[in-house]
Amino acid sequence: MSVKGGTTISEILKKHDASLLKDWLKEMDASGVRRDDLMKEAELQQQSKEFIGLVREAAQNGDVADIRGANWQQVREFLIDVSRTRAQQGFSPSQTASFVFSLKRPLFDRLRAEYGNDAAGLANEVWTVTQLIDGLGLLTAEAYQKTREEIISRQQQDMLELSTPVVKLWDGVLALPMIGTLDSARTQVVMETLLQKIVETGAEIAIIDITGVPTVDTLVAQHLLKTVTAARLMGADCIISGIRPQIAQTIVHLGVNLADVVTKATLADAFSLALKRMGVGLAKLQPQKVG
Amino acid sequence: MDRIPILQMGRFLLVTIQVDMHDRLAMTLQDDLTDRITKLQAKGVLIDISSLEMVDSFIGRMLANIASMSRILDAQTVVVGMQPAVAITLVELGMSLPGVRMALNVEKGMRLLRKSLSENGMTEDDAQAGTEDGDGVVGQSQ
Repeated sequence: MSVKGGTTISEILKKHDASLLKDWLKEMDASGVRRDDLMKEAELQQQSKEFIGLVREAAQNGDVADIRGANWQQVREFLIDVSRTRAQQGFSPSQTASFVFSLKRPLFDRLRAEYGNDAAGLANEVWTVTQLIDGLGLLTAEAYQKTREEIISRQQQDMLELSTPVVKLWDGVLALPMIGTLDSARTQVVMETLLQKIVETGAEIAIIDITGVPTVDTLVAQHLLKTVTAARLMGADCIISGIRPQIAQTIVHLGVNLADVVTKATLADAFSLALKRMGVGLAKLQPQKVG
Repeated sequence: MDRIPILQMGRFLLVTIQVDMHDRLAMTLQDDLTDRITKLQAKGVLIDISSLEMVDSFIGRMLANIASMSRILDAQTVVVGMQPAVAITLVELGMSLPGVRMALNVEKGMRLLRKSLSENGMTEDDAQAGTEDGDGVVGQSQ
């Protein structure tokens, strides 16, 4: 049955090539798949045409039911590519999947015209086509999902890298401006980067600035204390700066003991303390006289 | 049985741990070091652990113990060159080694020892002068 079905589909695709494409585009219009703001009409037309051509070729060469087969390779690659671009362009998942699903109605219309009164044959053929289109649609959705996941994990990676800069303020003074919510994974990275940097630069004082940390709970406080202790074990002193009034209140209410840690309200205060400990003083330059 | 060498530099003792510490070795070091401190009347002990890559809670406690023993024997202890991974491990084990002084490298550790010595009213020349225990310091300022 499937072999006969195969020939029928490819025949239909060959015979009604142009009209099928027109109907399909109309169908896409109706179901809201077309997004003129994201994609040009000509591009969509080109894609659709290519897709029909590829399906026809694949259906001609072999089994229609088995879209995992070798002869569907090109169709699969094409769909995955389309799906990936759409995910990046900002199409919604249903819009991306509907690109394939909206082909159903035009195809069924052609089948009905072809079979006329042969109800059994029509039912068979409809089943084959449904299976085919559903399979391709699912493939599209899967590829879309995968692309999205890739984007998310890449962004996470970017954030992780962005969020842990260790900057050198002075010879022997490092600063670590923390931004965003702290979780275990991030603090671990922060701790490792800081300690590594201490080894590399031989810094004696590290300033941890938490101005950009929105909330401090017991876990975050514990992480901070761990970082401070680890730095102390390596022979560097830590100063925590940028503690906002609300955070100071929270820390006290939570009963976190920061008594052993030097804390300052602003990064500037911490820096001037660090300079003092290094035995460095800052003075204004004498104003230059003109003429 | 192998031992960890203890080097003398004036009134300071220098211990460089370059092998993986096992428990017996740690105990021997503890014995040797306390002996040498009393015998040489050392005023400072510098322990270099820059090549130590693995620690457990026992070694951590041993470091803390050595520091307090030396303090009782009137010698300051400075531990230098702890690796980041070791520091993280000790923190995760809950050992923050309070009371042990830390420095990044041997140079900075030596500076720290000299500073604490001069705070106690001794110069390095006094310290190097040798066996005569002439300083009038009764207790170490912490």
